[in-house]
Amino acid sequence: MSDPLLIWSYLAQGPLLWLTATLVAYLAGDAAFRTAGRQSWANPVLVAVILLAVLLWATDTDYATYFEGAQFVHFMLGPATVALALPLYDNLPRVRKAALPMLAGLVAGSGVAVLSALAIARAFGIGGPVLASLAPKSTTAPVAIGIAESLGGQPTLTAALVLLTGIFGAIVVTPLLNMLRIRDWRARGFAVGVAAHGIGTARAFQVNATAGAFSGIGMGLNAVLTAIIAPLALRLFGG
Amino acid sequence: MIQTLAIILSFQLAGEITSRALSLPLPGPVVGLIALVLACILRPALATRIRPAATGLLSHLSLFFVPAGVGIVAHWDLLRMHGIGLAAALTGSTLLAIAAGAWAFTLVARLTGSEEPAALRDQGRE
Repeated sequence: MSDPLLIWSYLAQGPLLWLTATLVAYLAGDAAFRTAGRQSWANPVLVAVILLAVLLWATDTDYATYFEGAQFVHFMLGPATVALALPLYDNLPRVRKAALPMLAGLVAGSGVAVLSALAIARAFGIGGPVLASLAPKSTTAPVAIGIAESLGGQPTLTAALVLLTGIFGAIVVTPLLNMLRIRDWRARGFAVGVAAHGIGTARAFQVNATAGAFSGIGMGLNAVLTAIIAPLALRLFGG
Repeated sequence: MIQTLAIILSFQLAGEITSRALSLPLPGPVVGLIALVLACILRPALATRIRPAATGLLSHLSLFFVPAGVGIVAHWDLLRMHGIGLAAALTGSTLLAIAAGAWAFTLVARLTGSEEPAALRDQGRE
């Protein structure tokens, strides 16, 4: 019989262990979400991230080693984004009809996301590269990183801020919009897609197919608009 | 399944090449998404073919964010350094942006008469 430590050190270096752990943590998160009656605070991404963070800490594993295995799951973000074409295609007549409301929601949501984030951070005395890293935080991660780099921000900090924004947005969207009495699924989905990108879109799909389709569109349009307004807004706040 | 995956990956690849070649502000997958919608309009049979796999991918969209999400742990020190300011900016602006976007959408939908009764949420139920 082999030494368990040897087996561990073999497994801990290969992708199998962390790929399996990622899938199991997600299934646990999804189970928690269902057990909690699909309540938004039991966000499956949040639960899975906490479980994996504790596991990495307990086994003294660094993120780079973890990512060796988890990159196969991470890679699927690209094809899943392309697959958003299907709900968009299915809803094309409704999307055409909602062109003007979407334009209004995009300009308001995207503009408020960038300007208010910079204004609040400035009030707390944050400036320089951290401010530049914060500006594109509502945008989908690959675009946000590109924008942050061109503004002189720190791409890794941006990635973390983007994810925290997405998780927070996905958790608050349902109670917030219930409180504001917004009943239109199109508006609810679109707004969370603009403000909280793909994680918001994943939440929207959990709740309603129409909300999911409009959320995907909001995410895509916000990526374009933020690329244009983030540099202007940053100049305004002297970042 | 493999066929559909090949179709979806081809669109992503084409999007990636287009995005880089023309230095667009959009990432490759988003360009691939737009190209796939156009392809489905030209050839509706394509939508039928990709439907099972695309629906499968989208029903577990949350899973694909987990590896990047764990990255928050790697940046914990940096986040904690600017803790309160970043937390306030992040939560405050996300709340305001969702409210502003949803409110502007519904207001303009009402003004332009593009409301859709079928898209209204059942009251009191999620």
